[in-house]
Amino acid sequence: MSRSITLTLKIWRQTGPEAPGRFETHRIGPISTDLSFLEMLDVLNEELTLAGKTPVAFDHDCREGICGMCGAVVNGEPHGPQPATTLCQLHLRHFKDRQTIVIEPFRARAFPIVRDLVVDRTSLDAILISGGYISVNTGGAPEANSIPVPAARAEQALDAAQCIGCGACVAACPNAAAMLFAAAKVSHLALLPQGEPERTSRVRTMVAAMDGAGFGNCTNVGACAAACPKQISLANIARLNREFLRAALAPEDGG
Amino acid sequence: MLLDAKIPDGPLADKWDNHLARCRLMAPANRRRYEIIVVGAGLAGASAAASLAELGYRVKVFCLQDSPRRGHSIAAQGGINAAKNYCNDGDSIYRLFHDTVKGGDFRAREANVYRLAQLSNRIIDHCVAQGVPFAREYGGGLANRSFGGAQVSRTFYARGQTGQQLLLGAHGALLRQVRQGRITIYPRHEMLDLVVAEGRASGIVTRDLISGRMTRHAAHAVVLATGGYGNVYCLSTNARASNVTAAFRAYKKGAWFANPCFVQIHPTCIPVHGAGQSKLTLMSESLRNDGRVWVPRKSGDRRPPAQIPEAERDYYLEERYPSFGNLVPRDVASRNAKAQCDLFKGVGESGLAVYLDLADAIQRDGRTVIDKKYGNLFEMYERITGVDPTREPMMISPAVHYTMGGLWVDYNLMTTVPGLFALGEANFSDHGANRLGASALMQGLADGYFILPPTIGAYLAETGGQHPDPDHPAFADAEVQAATRLTRLLGIKGRRSVDDFHRELGLLLWDRCGMARNEAGLREALARLAAIRDAFWGNVLIPGGKEELNQSLERAGRVADYLEFAELMVCDALARRESCGCHFREESQTEENEALRDDANYAHVAAWEYAGEDVTPRRHVEPLAFENVHLSRRNYK
Repeated sequence: MSRSITLTLKIWRQTGPEAPGRFETHRIGPISTDLSFLEMLDVLNEELTLAGKTPVAFDHDCREGICGMCGAVVNGEPHGPQPATTLCQLHLRHFKDRQTIVIEPFRARAFPIVRDLVVDRTSLDAILISGGYISVNTGGAPEANSIPVPAARAEQALDAAQCIGCGACVAACPNAAAMLFAAAKVSHLALLPQGEPERTSRVRTMVAAMDGAGFGNCTNVGACAAACPKQISLANIARLNREFLRAALAPEDGG
Repeated sequence: MLLDAKIPDGPLADKWDNHLARCRLMAPANRRRYEIIVVGAGLAGASAAASLAELGYRVKVFCLQDSPRRGHSIAAQGGINAAKNYCNDGDSIYRLFHDTVKGGDFRAREANVYRLAQLSNRIIDHCVAQGVPFAREYGGGLANRSFGGAQVSRTFYARGQTGQQLLLGAHGALLRQVRQGRITIYPRHEMLDLVVAEGRASGIVTRDLISGRMTRHAAHAVVLATGGYGNVYCLSTNARASNVTAAFRAYKKGAWFANPCFVQIHPTCIPVHGAGQSKLTLMSESLRNDGRVWVPRKSGDRRPPAQIPEAERDYYLEERYPSFGNLVPRDVASRNAKAQCDLFKGVGESGLAVYLDLADAIQRDGRTVIDKKYGNLFEMYERITGVDPTREPMMISPAVHYTMGGLWVDYNLMTTVPGLFALGEANFSDHGANRLGASALMQGLADGYFILPPTIGAYLAETGGQHPDPDHPAFADAEVQAATRLTRLLGIKGRRSVDDFHRELGLLLWDRCGMARNEAGLREALARLAAIRDAFWGNVLIPGGKEELNQSLERAGRVADYLEFAELMVCDALARRESCGCHFREESQTEENEALRDDANYAHVAAWEYAGEDVTPRRHVEPLAFENVHLSRRNYK
């Protein structure tokens, strides 16, 4: 049940993308283990503010693990030690009294540091802009039940579509590749009949956009799937590779 | 000024079609000359931006987050209603309309709600075409479930993440228009003020949250899709950045604010753990389909649940409402939980929770069946509380969730400021005094995909194509005022943090303007609000400057607006001397302590007009006529 612990936090501080960064050490506690990791940062920031210091900038919003806004590397792991858990859902009960916790931003060439733990992830949207959608205008849709979709297929598509776009996969990857992110979207849409007409062009443009946005190449390390708070499977990367190969062999105007 | 809702004439079922037939159209080639600002990129904002851009308008989208994919619609779990009647269980457009009007306790406009029910089916068609992976039956058709006590199965869902999937669909549509060059996204931007020039909404002033730079954006029309104001209570199920600032700034520039006291308090949230809590997490109320709500029969019984024998458990919802039982609407369930806690029968460390027990369902259907339905919710509960809810009953507690009140809009979704439109939770339109489950997503998307595109087109066609001038003095004024306010906030350099004031405000509202309200408590709240506001402006401490990323400064601006907005809420709660839906005035109840509506005096929308600093706002009334649904007392016994 609930207890109190004291922690030593080594937090990355950096005032801007070009500024030099450094670790800053803070002791915090006694603090209730019922608090979430971000609530601990709230407490720290309140203390820093009242002491006349600059609070730590960090991204967060929904605090229920679905918006994808939060994320930091905690003791070397994006979103920290708990599997399938975003940073906002990580609770202090998973840490020991007097433990030292190292907190860093997601690091990748495609994610320039904005300040402290805040990084710029607009490169992820750049991949989606290139074609991560089905081109359907409002008003033109057929009756929803006119195209049956096997239940298992829909579930598989949803497994991929669960991606919250947090960027943990990129931060975990030694190459800082966005392969799992792109693969999740390619898979989601390739698995559904509605995605069929743009199946070929989508995978082509998205892979090109991924390369253009400064992400590294995938070498099948698998660290991405291990870090993914939504447990997006590596099978999606295999599917992306198949889709890409298929597109390479398809005629230019092929579906 | 008289409130004209501009409801089209004709029979209820024909109003929208009649209206469309009469709306002025804009020639396709002319649309590219028009610029529209959309603030907020949740379901309503993203769907509106995408649909407008598809028509050819140039659209600017502003959001606080680093990507428009993160609006708080993403957190909606349960589902989205539509009157498809796929289950052949007697559903229809009329029934969805009827349930929504009745569920809202007869404080919504019939014409709006009927249109919502009509459009619900097209939303599902469109989202499926976008690739939203809704749950399916084995035959490949779409699956439906009954939700929130509805007697038909009309809710479409994608596991417990329907909002996420719908938002990602709308996000895709939006990004497609970015690629087409018709939408420009301004992420990490906050709207600091609305600009009204020559009597029309002409643009906004924004602050780039990274650089702190302020910019004027002029446009032919401004659309606010900025969500609700539940965070005025500090603790709510809203995302941390959800705020009232855009809507409140619009109110101060002449947009009337409707029914601000209508706040939905959701019965099934994870209880507060203690100081340091930053937000509350909702557990989908689908759990009430199988879970039984109970508290110990004796006050002050602190035994663990397993040691309380069956005969000493009070299944108060089942006893009091035999026909609906655990599935009574949200407002009724929340109020009853509070009543039990007030009798010191609440459980948990705080004594402010009740049990939601799935033991009987597990015994009846087996663990596998129950896990399949709720497994992800169990994991979520355990992640937050550290307790396995299949071994001991869940503890739940009411929490602020959704705000039915919002900017007053007419049938065209236009506010009282010409050219300013409000969509989704930011407007007041369709849910009356209580929103039914799985209706918020429906409304946000109906507004954005289907209602706004023709109505904003008609407005633009009627008003002509002159592009507002960003050098107009109204822009300069708004910019100077916004900058001055930030400088003033930073200059206070007091001794209390922004969050400290926010917590104080939240506790006061929760106590005095929460689940139960009375004249004396509301009057006391008004007096204390003034004191908190003075203390804030005299003693808040904000580190850093304004030309940089400064998250304390962002929160300070929002809390400053909440402090003023809270007074409006309390004024509204004071003026509505009846109980309806979420709004329970203790003076207005039956002998059995049920809410007592006063249709003779309060069957209306209250719309508040800003009257100046430190001046009581003016209350206006839009009468509501019920010609198609019989005004009845909600009875869930």
